[in-house]
Amino acid sequence: MVSFASRRAMQVVPLLFIVSLLVFALIHAAPGGPLSLYLDNPNVRPQDIERLRRQMGLDRPLAAQYLAWLRAFVVGDWGYSYTDGRPVMDRLLERVPATLQLVGISSLVAVLVATIVALVSSTRRGVDRVATFGAVAGISLPVFWLGLVLQLVFANALGWLPSSGRSTFGGAGALDRLAHLVLPAAVLAVAHAAAWSRYLRSSMRQALREPFIMGARSRGVSERRIVTRHALRNALLPFVTVVLLDASMMASGAVVTESVFAWPGVGGLFTEALAKRDYTVLMAFLMCGSVAVAVLNLVADIVVHALDPRTRGET
Amino acid sequence: MITVHRDGRLAVSGAAAALGLLIFLALLAPYVAPYGVDVIDLAQRRAGPSAQHWFGTDELGRDLLTRVLFGARVSLAIGLVSAALSAAIGVTVGALAGYAGGATDAVLMRGTDAMLSVPRLPLLMIAAAVLTPGVPLLIVLVGAAGWMETSRVVRAEVQSVKTRDFVVAARALGGSAPRVLVRHVLPGVLPTAAVSLTLAVGRGILLESALSFFGVGVQPPAASWGNMLYQAQTTMTSEPWLAVVPGAFIFVTVLCCNMIGDARFGRRALAS
Repeated sequence: MVSFASRRAMQVVPLLFIVSLLVFALIHAAPGGPLSLYLDNPNVRPQDIERLRRQMGLDRPLAAQYLAWLRAFVVGDWGYSYTDGRPVMDRLLERVPATLQLVGISSLVAVLVATIVALVSSTRRGVDRVATFGAVAGISLPVFWLGLVLQLVFANALGWLPSSGRSTFGGAGALDRLAHLVLPAAVLAVAHAAAWSRYLRSSMRQALREPFIMGARSRGVSERRIVTRHALRNALLPFVTVVLLDASMMASGAVVTESVFAWPGVGGLFTEALAKRDYTVLMAFLMCGSVAVAVLNLVADIVVHALDPRTRGET
Repeated sequence: MITVHRDGRLAVSGAAAALGLLIFLALLAPYVAPYGVDVIDLAQRRAGPSAQHWFGTDELGRDLLTRVLFGARVSLAIGLVSAALSAAIGVTVGALAGYAGGATDAVLMRGTDAMLSVPRLPLLMIAAAVLTPGVPLLIVLVGAAGWMETSRVVRAEVQSVKTRDFVVAARALGGSAPRVLVRHVLPGVLPTAAVSLTLAVGRGILLESALSFFGVGVQPPAASWGNMLYQAQTTMTSEPWLAVVPGAFIFVTVLCCNMIGDARFGRRALAS
């Protein structure tokens, strides 16, 4: 178990190394490199740019720059934001709670919805058809458009819910914060609920075809118990893996949702940084996002390995 | 089982017909659109949907239906061509990795894993912001960001096909590796590749629209569904149709692609 975990963890290192090369190359592919923001600014004199270039080590060979950046990144020195001069890590960390709240709540909602839909549709054909169409539709929805339409309907036309932000300026009751959470959480949950319900449904159908289900039926176990106990338990493991893998990608989806709803999370910070070409923030965001995905991948693998004896023969 | 199958087929035919009609209208946009693409009618600015302007007009009095049809050319082109590019890269990488195995496989798959672990949309947004692409480069970017899923499924298929007897026989008869791969293994993989191609079209359209929605994709005055939404965002409360209509076109188009891909995937799963 421990040896599997450590062996699997070792694979993450070269992976993140490739990712770091990719991220670094991307930023330095910009015309003017990381300083392009200043190049466009008429108030910044050429000698200032030269000074900045030397100060930031941009006059050194690319390989040396890359190694210096990577070393600094690993020890937690992520540089300073170009826009307000504050440490990048501080700017990112202060946004993390809002994103975790949004992603956490919407993952929870998505898992609940997906489980209920999958349970019902794996046993009832009529429901299944509707649910299948609904799931494909949910995956096909452009997230930003869904956000805009929900804002139009629930915030502008009906006036039931606030259209953006995390709380009303000044007043900040729990109910007010909850009302602000509803729309963005719903938008973020839709695509995931759709994908996950499909996934759980198909692994439920697979489980229901197993011989032990027939065995349970022949012993007279009630259909309800067969579905919720025997089949669901076996279908749950691949489902947990997919949820773990997808939850990490939610950070990516949160970029769109947070910017549509002006949610003050990491994704909102990303779009702000993008508009201002704040490269240190952008690089840190991409690296953190990749690390999160790689780590959750790792966790998913280890969880499956620990819970399912069938996977232990391999590797 | 049979009824499900038949129902699915009906829905898929409908989706294919709708998609075909849309591509047809987009191709013929200069002839079928009710107005010229850049005809400005200041007397009819910000008009809601009416008999003359089915989907209303924008802030310059341009007909929204016309702009949606012309936007379809850009959005569909990006979706279709980027999907073809993704499929080409994905099949090549997957086939090489699956057929060669060993070190080649390890290197290619680690690269695929690395690409998969970078959050796709933020990566593309930065690339687009940095390179300020025109439509051709945008196609390359979206295509280059979408091949990983294809390469994974193709690799798995190739690994299973290459152990089959007819492939072993072809090798035993002295077929060279490239010949065996192209003539004997790849044809068996094509259906899988076709499914992921269909799904990639929808994904490409969604990615383009998201990029344009953030202002780093297709740049005005060229219209794409995504940048129409980007422009409509600020006046959404007073002229909701400007945001609702292009988004609805994105949704329906992607839905059609996904329904076709999904049903073909399902049928393959039934067959195997």
